[in-house]
Amino acid sequence: MLSFFIRRLGTFVPTFIGVTVVAFAFIRLLPGDPILLLAGERGVSAERYEMLQEQLGFNQPIWKQYIDYVAGIFQGDLGTSFVTKRPVLDEFMALFPATVELSLCAIILATIIGIPAGVIAAVNRGKFFDQALMSTALVGYSMPIFWWALLLIIVFSGNLGWTPVSGRIGLMYFFDTPTGFMLIDSLLSGQPGAFRSAAAHLILPTVALATIPLAVIARQTRSAMLEVLGEDYVRTARAKGMSPLRVNGIHALRNAMIPVITVIGLSVGTLLAGAILTETIFSWPGIGKWMVDSIFRRDYQVVQGGLLLIALVVMIVNLIVDLLYGLFNPKIRKG
Amino acid sequence: MSLLEIRNLSVDFATSSGQFRAVDGVDVTVDEGDLLAIVGESGSGKSVSMLALMGLLPWTATVTADKMEFDGHDLRRLSGRARRRIIGRDISMIFQEPMSSLNPAFTVGWQIKESLRKHTSLSRSQRQDRAVELMRQVGIPAPEKRLSAYPHQLSGGMSQRAMIAIALACRPKLLIADEPTTALDVTIQAQILELLTGLQEDTGMAMVLITHDMGVVAETVERVQVQYAGQRVELQEVQGLFDDPHHPYTAALLAALPERATERKLPTIPGVVPGQFDRPAGCLFSPRCQFADARCKAERPVPAGPAMGHALCHYPLSHGHPTGKETAA
Repeated sequence: MLSFFIRRLGTFVPTFIGVTVVAFAFIRLLPGDPILLLAGERGVSAERYEMLQEQLGFNQPIWKQYIDYVAGIFQGDLGTSFVTKRPVLDEFMALFPATVELSLCAIILATIIGIPAGVIAAVNRGKFFDQALMSTALVGYSMPIFWWALLLIIVFSGNLGWTPVSGRIGLMYFFDTPTGFMLIDSLLSGQPGAFRSAAAHLILPTVALATIPLAVIARQTRSAMLEVLGEDYVRTARAKGMSPLRVNGIHALRNAMIPVITVIGLSVGTLLAGAILTETIFSWPGIGKWMVDSIFRRDYQVVQGGLLLIALVVMIVNLIVDLLYGLFNPKIRKG
Repeated sequence: MSLLEIRNLSVDFATSSGQFRAVDGVDVTVDEGDLLAIVGESGSGKSVSMLALMGLLPWTATVTADKMEFDGHDLRRLSGRARRRIIGRDISMIFQEPMSSLNPAFTVGWQIKESLRKHTSLSRSQRQDRAVELMRQVGIPAPEKRLSAYPHQLSGGMSQRAMIAIALACRPKLLIADEPTTALDVTIQAQILELLTGLQEDTGMAMVLITHDMGVVAETVERVQVQYAGQRVELQEVQGLFDDPHHPYTAALLAALPERATERKLPTIPGVVPGQFDRPAGCLFSPRCQFADARCKAERPVPAGPAMGHALCHYPLSHGHPTGKETAA
């Protein structure tokens, strides 16, 4: 397992170098002069232009710029926001927990419903439950997420008044946020009702965000299970007198998990990269919203740094997924 | 009383083109310590009848029988839960493809101990000891080490040995071996057969060996049941069957054995097993039978008496010659 981990880590390094090149090239490949774009319609004086060039390092040769940039990364310097004047890394770290909290809740919800649903559908192939579930999954997958989110708000916040409309916590609560995760911080604060409020704020965005991964996971689980259920070792398990729950849930599911883990991993990667629509609709202060805002503000340092950090997060998620493959398939582990 | 008694077992599969009868009124009787072979070509319903006994057929199959009793239990009336207490403990089964019959995601030891955990009250360390003992019994070298091996690390022969260890885990009264050597090399085949018959002798369990290999039958078993197109066509002691087959199909099968061939050209059985749409009205073997006459093609035969090997034939053979044919006809 250790050598598998090390070998896998070996592929991590070239990928990371590739990402730095892309993030670096991105800002320089955009049409037009970034400084002029930054200055906007009012334009910029010649001295100010040179000062900015100096400040941003654009007067240096391109290889020098790249080396400075990579050296900066290793010192934790990902640039400074033009708008807020705060380091990009600080901004990211302040907002990332909100995204992680929402993404994890969504992916957990999608997994704990999606996998059992897919298994039950596969076992009852062609029967009512299977057909009902697969049709629902298709609807869930094809629904525009902004429309679905708005619908949820209208029904559950507007008509029924069960949940708050947006934000992460009620306005009457104030406490420190040492972890950045509102569910944990609200518990730590000890304020009565704070946790309830945080949880209530999470429900609708979680449901909205979980819908597509849920549909994908359920469908993938079903098709992987259908393949595995015809295998000889499933018959062996039944010949041993194992209960259907054990045959389907342990003998078959364990072998069906590889493609399911893959789609879960891909979903986690996408969600952590920022659920732009969901975060925007629910005013959720996460990195998806932050990236979009930065693009509109032409805050290139933020876009460049954010891009790199998001890519890094996705790479780490993929690394974890690969390690999980080894856990579920001994052949890969030894491979 | 017999350990296993099946009377008039039929299995139908619902297919998109209608019902397909895979097993047609088959009787199987196995006594304690018995060694029975079920022989027949592909599609003769050998495996299906045993899978029906185990309750392992897919839901598209309909199983009917006048009697299906194992060790005093009426298998037709048992709930799924009650049947699963017997399956894997008192009746075990091993299969044709050992490599794919073991679960690739779990170690061999886990798969042996799973049966023990389900069917016995052994403690964790007792299960470990029993697993080692089983591995040794089936001739796997370095059993302690191999328990933590995954199936892909074992060869075909070793996998089949591991399957046998799983099947023997709870000391079954009946072991069903469904073509256990078909997928293996010839040298390994002999080893596995030797192992199975040795174990059968040591443990005193009964064994049903499903095979299409007459050579295997001659070397291993005591009684032989020949099936054709889902029907039992003959049942005899092995010696009698080879000396004096009573059903023309058995005779033709034996004549096709290279070891027994007397002519320069190996005899074959012309034609194929009837399928879903070309089942003859009379005797199912009549289109391929060299002795068949008009009666064979029109009337379904009834089994002859034990003296004639229960042969399902209008004119059972005696020393190669049909009996009971009117000389005038």
